[in-house]
Amino acid sequence: MEDAARLLQLVVNGAAAGCIYGLIALGFVLIYKATEMINFAQGDIMMLGGFFAFALITHFGLNYWVGALLAILLTAAFGFALDAVVLRRVIGQPQFAVVMLTLGLGFIFRAAAGITWGYDSVGFETPFTNRTINLGGLILGQDNVSIIVGTVLLCGVLYLFFSHTRLGIAMQASSQNQLAAYYMGIPVRTVFSLIWAISAGVAAVAGILLSPVSMIDVNMGFLGIKAFAAAVLGGFGSIPGALLGGVVIGIVEQLAGYFLPAGFQEVTSNVVLLATLILRPQGLFAEIAGKRV
Amino acid sequence: MRYLFKTDYRQDTSLWRHRGDLFWYGLLGIVLLVIPFVLGEFYVGELGGVFVFAVAGVGMMLLAGYTGLISLGNAAFLGIGAYTDAILLSHGVPLLIALPVAGLFTGLFGIAIGLPTLRMSGLYLAIATLAFGSIVGTVFQKWEAITGGFDGFAVPAPDIFGVPIQNATGIYYLSLAVLVIVLWFSANILRTPLGRAMVAIRDSEISAQSMGIHLARYKTFAFALSAFITGLAGALFAHYVRFLAPDAFDVLLSVQFVTIVFVGGLGSLHGVVLGALFVRLLPQFIAIVRDDLPFGIGRMPGLEPSLYGLVLVIVILFEPGGIYGRWIKIKRWFQAYPFKRRTSFRRQKSYARSERLR
Repeated sequence: MEDAARLLQLVVNGAAAGCIYGLIALGFVLIYKATEMINFAQGDIMMLGGFFAFALITHFGLNYWVGALLAILLTAAFGFALDAVVLRRVIGQPQFAVVMLTLGLGFIFRAAAGITWGYDSVGFETPFTNRTINLGGLILGQDNVSIIVGTVLLCGVLYLFFSHTRLGIAMQASSQNQLAAYYMGIPVRTVFSLIWAISAGVAAVAGILLSPVSMIDVNMGFLGIKAFAAAVLGGFGSIPGALLGGVVIGIVEQLAGYFLPAGFQEVTSNVVLLATLILRPQGLFAEIAGKRV
Repeated sequence: MRYLFKTDYRQDTSLWRHRGDLFWYGLLGIVLLVIPFVLGEFYVGELGGVFVFAVAGVGMMLLAGYTGLISLGNAAFLGIGAYTDAILLSHGVPLLIALPVAGLFTGLFGIAIGLPTLRMSGLYLAIATLAFGSIVGTVFQKWEAITGGFDGFAVPAPDIFGVPIQNATGIYYLSLAVLVIVLWFSANILRTPLGRAMVAIRDSEISAQSMGIHLARYKTFAFALSAFITGLAGALFAHYVRFLAPDAFDVLLSVQFVTIVFVGGLGSLHGVVLGALFVRLLPQFIAIVRDDLPFGIGRMPGLEPSLYGLVLVIVILFEPGGIYGRWIKIKRWFQAYPFKRRTSFRRQKSYARSERLR
């Protein structure tokens, strides 16, 4: 009985970590679907989001909810500017130029955050820190539960946005066919920048939700590498796939840490990633059928 | 300005464009041979490091610059080469055997990672090699029976025919020799049908395939070649640092290799050497000017990686040809003076190439 409870605990922790991976992966997928770029700095944008919230809540003394909302908006604006100023210039260059460009941007963000906020881990008081809830004998940290609930809520909002608003549908259209979207009068460039803004905002949400579980520090962006595994597992073109992939990776990682010898937990996500790419490159939830020549 | 009149088909594939090339490379060679007698131990050591990174850069250039495949896991190849060489030496194998064996063994890993990644294109490949590199890095840390884990691995001092190679000068000449051989070897490969096939794959996979190029074979070959050369560099690296720590071979090192290739100039062997000079000498330069910088910028931690990042971003945005590309432009400006026009180097209008419709 105790084992089952322990297992369930692991699964919930894993799912919470997985939601974070899923949220970062969601950012990858949104950008990839629209512009065919992969933003290797996504994890670092999450880090920036976390630090923005930290600065607003701790230094400016704002309420948690107000501070978090402002931080998300700030990060989204940052994402918009990033596309409009930097990334739009590299359209037409080889794809790995974009990879290297975003990697370089990641280094710069990390250094900028380190200079501004220091290299030590920081945290801020949230309504979920160090509280637990008791679900029929199962004791869960509110921080973990808040991550899962927050992710589900955010996905609901995004789903409604993409399926029911004019702008959301315009975004889908530009992702599917740029040229046709232009002909329909959609300002594709602005829409792409807005997609970058959304994915940066989602990353900020991930950073803020993650802050009560693990502190905010400059190197938290390396979580982005695990989020690749989530995105690839989900097929890299599918939004629900990315989230599910994230949850799967999170749970598998926790279980591997529990059942396998030390050292395996760190490589699990990478092993899953390579295995997926080799065995089923289109991912578990492929949306894009075979390539046309 | 020199005009090249081609009177023979062999001129198209010759190693030297004209006699002037031969003269300048000869001069450079003599200067490089004399340097250890002129400069101090410290600078000779640093230059040795530049050569080691240039060898690794050639491996990266053949893959990224000439075949168009990106790898973010080349640090793993470097690590495999380094540990293979160190372990062989500690079992008493002479350097002249251990060095190529380290390269060949790493080449096998290159094939192993090349085969499954054939079906992946651009971005997936970057992610897959990133994962591969990070797995190998963890293996170095955890497999203590072989690598010594975080205790490190002391590399025995090698010797060639009884001549010990232990000080900076020895490493300098050894890496210079390997670099020259590797450059010559790569330049030759690039002149063969094999090299032409690699370039064709880079420019367009579809047209390469329709010209009868076996994509899978040549891509695997490119990976194996890149891993082989990086493995050689790894063996040299082991002697250069003399003490292997498993966390040296992380993603940042892979990013440094790609930086070499991008900053030097994609698709040129000259660029590799220039890029390696840049990447290795930047930290030294920072160390020298550290105290003179205003506002205490020089004392900030994390300055180096951010500078690498900044340079990478600037190069990709403003000079995709890298240092070598800029050098060509400057040279043309002088050669054609005063006929340089604003459109002389204007790039064609370019469009995003979609991977979905390939």
